[in-house]
Amino acid sequence: MINGISINMYLMLSTILFTIGAVGVMARRNIIILFMCIELMLNAVNLLLVAFSVLHHDSAGQVFVFFVMAVAAAEVAVGLAILSMIYRNIKSIDSDLLRNLKN
Amino acid sequence: MLGYTITQWLFGIISFLSIMFALMVVFTRNPINSVLYLVLTFFCIAAHYLLLNAQFLAVVHIAVYAGAIMVLFLFVIMLMNLNQDSEPQKTMASKLIAGIIGGLLLVVLVGALKGTEQIQLSQSGHSEIGLVKNLGRVLFHEYLFPFEIVSILLLSALVGAIMIGKKEIK
Repeated sequence: MINGISINMYLMLSTILFTIGAVGVMARRNIIILFMCIELMLNAVNLLLVAFSVLHHDSAGQVFVFFVMAVAAAEVAVGLAILSMIYRNIKSIDSDLLRNLKN
Repeated sequence: MLGYTITQWLFGIISFLSIMFALMVVFTRNPINSVLYLVLTFFCIAAHYLLLNAQFLAVVHIAVYAGAIMVLFLFVIMLMNLNQDSEPQKTMASKLIAGIIGGLLLVVLVGALKGTEQIQLSQSGHSEIGLVKNLGRVLFHEYLFPFEIVSILLLSALVGAIMIGKKEIK
């Protein structure tokens, strides 16, 4: 099915997706969007892991993607709980308002 | 068709769609639209997994990301009643700086990866590595201990989320 595509194409695609995620983290102030951009970066890495697992005919890469998904799910669950706590306290999800540690 | 095989056409179309949807996630004002575009991006990535013959991961990806994580995001956004008007915006200067830093990151990564060898992916005789039978054998023989650790991690994340999310008892 996959014959005819070189691994460089997947490298470029993952790099672009990762960069879009990184730009999103830097350019937005909504904490929920920040979380979604982190998910995007994780997915770029997952895609590359699967591509290399197919390249080397080794299942270990796909097992690692499985673990990354589990850790991402745990991260999102705890992160959104913290986020709802922040919203309850300061009535906003603006990341620039969280500057109590400054000064 | 123009010298490309059907697989290359599929790869190009799905890649274009996933990059477009990812850009829309970042540049849409409304958080609800961002979540929906991210779901579309995840479907495109699942299509990439299918193209790479990783059927099990494609199904798990849709179930976990599009089914569980994005529903959680949508619920949180709807509970907080967020919309376009309450969306905080960064100043134009910091957005510009973010774009420049991202472009530089892209240039550095592409420059580092440009000279790598062009190896064609092929699956002659190895088309079954992404199937449940093979992955399950690897997961439960070689990676049994990490698997159990992940189960403990998920349990502790569950307990932690409930502990953090509940109201303070005075």
